[in-house]
Amino acid sequence: VPEAATNTGPGRLLVAVYGVFAISATARSAVQLGTQFDEAPLAYLLSLFAALVYVVATVSLAIGGPVALRVAWTAVITELVGVLTIGTLTVVDPDAFPDQTVWSVYGQGYGFVPLVLPVIGLSWLWRVSRNADRQPA
Amino acid sequence: VTVLTTGVLIVLALACAGWAVLYAVRERAFDNAMFYGLAMLEGLLVVQLVAGIVAALASDRDVESATFLGYLLTSVLILPLSVVWAVAEKSRWGMAVVAFGGLTVAALVLRAYQVWAGPGA
Repeated sequence: VPEAATNTGPGRLLVAVYGVFAISATARSAVQLGTQFDEAPLAYLLSLFAALVYVVATVSLAIGGPVALRVAWTAVITELVGVLTIGTLTVVDPDAFPDQTVWSVYGQGYGFVPLVLPVIGLSWLWRVSRNADRQPA
Repeated sequence: VTVLTTGVLIVLALACAGWAVLYAVRERAFDNAMFYGLAMLEGLLVVQLVAGIVAALASDRDVESATFLGYLLTSVLILPLSVVWAVAEKSRWGMAVVAFGGLTVAALVLRAYQVWAGPGA
């Protein structure tokens, strides 16, 4: 594995999964913001934030290389914190979020993939980072 | 957009996904047969998008048109993006990308139908 190659081997599939989430979350957010923003501004702004996180994660993982690797770490950690925080809040106080986001109830609406994805993402980043450290450029 | 066309598209998308899984397991590269298979599915998805736009414009029912068309538009984008991303990867993971694309298309087609049928369908 070449240094910081987040986009080869299993990473190829990981980027594809992230890409689908980036596209879906962005499309959903665009529809929500465009047609019914007044109904649940907080939930829709969160959807937009989640969409941006997925876009950044997808692009940085797809590019690879040392700088993109750092960006990918930040994005995937943000994603994990986001899904855990929003997941917990939506379970504890469902009324605070009148409409669904990707991260509601730990991503229940998406088969809990939003909860599993950052864990897989982090273990992949950890593996790639470790390999990159072993063979300094 | 009917139960029949939705069913046919989902079966075809799942068939393409299964086909790609088979290739991934056998470590076979992307070939012409798979290209034509995916191109046929993509063609049908484009037809569904056009038919969906026409139907959404003609319909006076209270359908969430933006969401419906969003799903159809996304379903058209997935396969070309998957193939472009997959062919540069020489290992079996390239085929895994195509398989995931097929599954995604099946899910999107199903969601588009559910939105079109409306709540309670």
